[in-house]
Amino acid sequence: MSDLSYVRSEILPERAPPASSVGVVGWARANLFNGIGNSIPTILALIFIWYVVSFLVSWVFSPTWSSESLNQCREIFGADGGHSAACWGVIRERWVQLLFGFYPEAERWRPVVAFGLLFVALIPVLFNMISRRMNWVLLLAVLGLAALYLGGVLGVILGLALLGAAGFIGFKAFSTSKEDRAAQIASGAKRLPNPLIFSAIFPFIAPWLLWGGSIWMPIAAALGFVVGFFAFRFLAPVVGSLAGLIIAVVAALIWWLFLTTGFAGLMQSIIPVGLEHVESRNFGGFMLSTTIGVVAIACSLPIGIVLALGRQSDLLIVKALCVGFIEFIRGVPLITLLFVASTLLNIFMPPGTNFDIILRVLIMVTLFASAYMAEVIRGGLAALPRGQYEAADALGLDYWKAQRLIIMPQALKISIPGIVSTFIGVFKDTVLVSIIGLLDPLGLSNAIRADQAWNGIVWELYGFIALMFFVFCFSMSRYSMYLERRLRTDHR
Amino acid sequence: MKKTVFLGALTVAGLAAGASAAATLDDVKARGKLNCGVTTGLVGFAAPDANGKWEGFDVGVCRAVAAAVLGDANAVEFVPTTGKTRFTALASGEVDMLARNTTWTLSRDVDLKFDFIGVNYYDGQGFLVPKEMGVSSAKDLDGATVCIQTGTTTELNLADFFRANNISYEPVPIETNAEGQQQYLAGACDTYTTDASGLAATRATFEDPSAHVVLPEIISKEPLGPLVRHGDNEWGDIVRWTLNALISAEELGITSTNIGELSAAPGDNPEINRILGTEGNLGEMLGLDADWAKRAIMAGGNYGELFAKNIGESTPIALSRGLNAQWKDGGLIYSPPFR
Amino acid sequence: MTTITDPHQGQFRLSMLLYDSRYRSMTIQIVALIGFLMLLGWLLSNTAQNLADLGKEPSFSFMLEPAGYDINQRLLEYDSQDTHLRASLMGLLNTLLVAVMGCITATVIGVIVGVLRLSPNWIVSRLSAVYVEGFRNVPVLLWIVFIMAVLIETLPQPRAFRSGDATMSLWESVAVTNRGIYIPEPLFSRSLGDIHLFGASSLRFDVSLDLLALLAVLIAGILTSVLIKRRADVVQEATGVRPRTWHWRLGVIVLPILLVLGILGFYLGYPALKGFNFQGGTHLRNSLIALWLALSLYTGAFIAEIVRAGILAVSKGQTEAASALGLRPNRTMSLVILPQALRVIIPPLISNYLNLTKNSSLAIAVGYMDITGTLGGITMNQTGRELETVLLLMLVYLTISLTISAVMNWYNESVKLKER
Repeated sequence: MSDLSYVRSEILPERAPPASSVGVVGWARANLFNGIGNSIPTILALIFIWYVVSFLVSWVFSPTWSSESLNQCREIFGADGGHSAACWGVIRERWVQLLFGFYPEAERWRPVVAFGLLFVALIPVLFNMISRRMNWVLLLAVLGLAALYLGGVLGVILGLALLGAAGFIGFKAFSTSKEDRAAQIASGAKRLPNPLIFSAIFPFIAPWLLWGGSIWMPIAAALGFVVGFFAFRFLAPVVGSLAGLIIAVVAALIWWLFLTTGFAGLMQSIIPVGLEHVESRNFGGFMLSTTIGVVAIACSLPIGIVLALGRQSDLLIVKALCVGFIEFIRGVPLITLLFVASTLLNIFMPPGTNFDIILRVLIMVTLFASAYMAEVIRGGLAALPRGQYEAADALGLDYWKAQRLIIMPQALKISIPGIVSTFIGVFKDTVLVSIIGLLDPLGLSNAIRADQAWNGIVWELYGFIALMFFVFCFSMSRYSMYLERRLRTDHR
Repeated sequence: MKKTVFLGALTVAGLAAGASAAATLDDVKARGKLNCGVTTGLVGFAAPDANGKWEGFDVGVCRAVAAAVLGDANAVEFVPTTGKTRFTALASGEVDMLARNTTWTLSRDVDLKFDFIGVNYYDGQGFLVPKEMGVSSAKDLDGATVCIQTGTTTELNLADFFRANNISYEPVPIETNAEGQQQYLAGACDTYTTDASGLAATRATFEDPSAHVVLPEIISKEPLGPLVRHGDNEWGDIVRWTLNALISAEELGITSTNIGELSAAPGDNPEINRILGTEGNLGEMLGLDADWAKRAIMAGGNYGELFAKNIGESTPIALSRGLNAQWKDGGLIYSPPFR
Repeated sequence: MTTITDPHQGQFRLSMLLYDSRYRSMTIQIVALIGFLMLLGWLLSNTAQNLADLGKEPSFSFMLEPAGYDINQRLLEYDSQDTHLRASLMGLLNTLLVAVMGCITATVIGVIVGVLRLSPNWIVSRLSAVYVEGFRNVPVLLWIVFIMAVLIETLPQPRAFRSGDATMSLWESVAVTNRGIYIPEPLFSRSLGDIHLFGASSLRFDVSLDLLALLAVLIAGILTSVLIKRRADVVQEATGVRPRTWHWRLGVIVLPILLVLGILGFYLGYPALKGFNFQGGTHLRNSLIALWLALSLYTGAFIAEIVRAGILAVSKGQTEAASALGLRPNRTMSLVILPQALRVIIPPLISNYLNLTKNSSLAIAVGYMDITGTLGGITMNQTGRELETVLLLMLVYLTISLTISAVMNWYNESVKLKER
């Protein structure tokens, strides 16, 4: 009886899970048809999706790409007469206008290059995993493509040279591994210059590319910083750092306010280099939206930092002024600020001053964005552990040094996702300028509908504009979420 | 550091923008461009085409002035304005003149400090209704839903009209002509009211224009004309007489085709000679050269040609001259003599 | 700034204003104040100069002149001979109406979608994500005009009801047309009449006594219901058994209201097609619907994200602790999860209400006569008083915003974790 056992002594071989719980079926059962309460919504959702998709597909795929007018589309649809499918001819005819507005055709490469360079300039700030060399490759490639596009013997030679340089650096970057490169640098090999240099120059290049005019103007504007820097450098040891700083700022201001135009004019008369001047009222479409968005965010960053510091400071009057400004701007809708831009800003300026509507809109949108930016940066400042401030104090750093070396680099880094979402918000809000008569994409859609040929067209234009905004904002928000994940260092 | 984007932009634009306090003529000459305020888009009167080139009846007036002053009909920057922004744009000096179907009223002339320099289109507010509705008079519109463009005199006229006739209505305010058209065609309003010319222009673009009628009542007088800022009379004179030159040219038979031979040598008609600068010194009096009116007429043709090309009966808009015929033909278009 | 050394009164030097930390902050503040005042003075003097040149002396007297234009949606009585001030008041009420309606629906949509995004059903959570991303990433102005276009183009016109191409829904009581939706309106055959406040001034205000009576009865009912609940709590504390009270609590609210409705002779006024339009009933204009829908859907997408984040923010340990205490799941939700999630949810929620209210100013794109459309639109155009109208407009929005902010601060104070 000893070998009689009611307990299985050997382990059964593992069996495959039932077919209904693996693969597509299993996934569907687990996620879609998991009980009645779960199956009914699934079926409803599927019906809804089917309805929407089948409608959209039949609307979007319509053979009207080459039509010249809405009436032609109606002929193509033929007997049923209804406006049953999209009339894409309007997009074919006007998409360039929707992108660039009335920017002169021959000059359209300029905004493209400017926005390409913007991307390159932002890379070192936004994506720190891209290596220094790849950054230079991208920069050279954009410049090279621009030169090639411009054509001419010089353009082709320059373009090929730049592209060649880009390819060379790129090839080297690929052929050496990270470790080898680190070893090379350790043994004294020359590193490429920091791409942040280009990010610093970019704010001077971009307006010149977009608005054109003499190249000496941005150079003169940049020289203001040089003037300030040298004033500080030479005067600080003599009169002390704070007085030196004040003098430097005053010197730079004097340079900008009184000497810049003269200098630029003089240099232009000696060495005339420049691009054709483009009036800002020729800006339109998505280019206008992007310009307003980018300029407003770029300008609002320093203002926002100052406002945030002011709001955090214990100087009562300064704090009150900053809080008052921020709460005022955040308390009124953007459209009222745009009314100010369109009807009142000229009244606030000295009699005789007159600057064009786009510049006025830029000013008001910048003020608008800086109030929101201040709140974002304040959030960043508040998120810094108290210990960082105390550590800076313990090191004996004064207020500005502590801000510059300890607080701001960390606070700004934390704030980047917030800054990106502020940018998305401002970018979306730029469509409001159509209400005051600027030809942004939505404003242009009205102008296009006033054309005989396209009178009565609605969905195609709205759809196209919405899609462009969606693509742009969605990718930005994805990026911001990625950043948030990367910056989140706490344990979850 | 990034602040300089802004400073750069400021200086660039500062270069472009002159001081508006100086004489407008000098400004325009110094700039080499005429800034002309137009609508954001109204078929036949002003609309940009695919290349961004503006076309239309109002645009023609701008081009004539540019041709007279600067010698180049294309030296115009068109500034699209809405009903809301147009007066500020002119008052602030952003535009040198406004050619944007604007009704000449006392309060605008006096209170808003503008000078209307003439009338280039005599209009009146009308009603557009679908034929199948069977309405024959605006007084039958009791209880109707009326689409109306905001920011214009039309909404005041409308309120007055329905009040005077003691009938009720439901106003649906809309921002642009395109929206008004969309709502009207979809039946979201029973009738669309605006200037009769605008109604005709809108109707012309319908799939089936014959299914809609403009009611006989014209409930207001809408003399539309270009305007300039109050106080710069020299500039006002130039714009006024450029428009008058276009009108006189039609009256005297000067067209863009025969202007070449007429201006080659002084002819029999002294007034033609004075307009074309082959006799007298009218141009000099205005502060322009002798050929100013010749260039203005060559820019787009005389008044009649502009009318025929942009809104006349051969165009889809198909407006008849009506009140806008020359005084000799029973209309109101009348230019003071060139003497 | 704490300094241990005694201030040396006698040795004050001018440079101490900059280098002595006791004086420096004062100096900076005074310089900032002077700078600010100079800027303000500069702007004001420019404005005065420019306005004098234009011949427009700033004055608000135009607000008391007849407006001359009609407003389609008016919550109070108004005609074109009323003043600009009254027209602005109509606009303000319209703004508040759409803002309140929008906040309520946006919250409902946001909460539902926020919960659905966490649903285990893959397709439902994906669909919610598509909704959220789709609405968040397209400008709200575009949504407003788009929804308006959809309403106008797809719904039947009133004419179609006459020819029988379209029929009224819900037992012939609701007419859905492309001019808006007509729903039955509550009427009283034995109405108590109105109280007229502020006489014949521009701010005159009629309050319906019927509504007041209903409100009074409702509030009394709710108070009684609360009393009953208190009683039940006391009984439960004492005996451990909770008496069944829900039917009493419902009864004291519903029955008196039904009684008052009966006394007042409540009946519904149905819309009917007469002439060009439906007459009778309450008319929800399509401009209101488009604006309301677009604002709710747009803000709802943001609220959905907030709700989701709020629920995720409550750590799982809380749920587990609650079930370890023996709480049932619905009690866990109402007593443990929600109070903690709300603390995270409410502040951003209120700032979204603020955004919604500010975004309602986009009403002019669809011709909804809110305060931007009346005061900042037609009044500004007809009178040419840009400075005054824009100032008033900003003041109105600022007041609304600051009120909402005050509510938010008050709430934040009251739910702050009391650290002991």
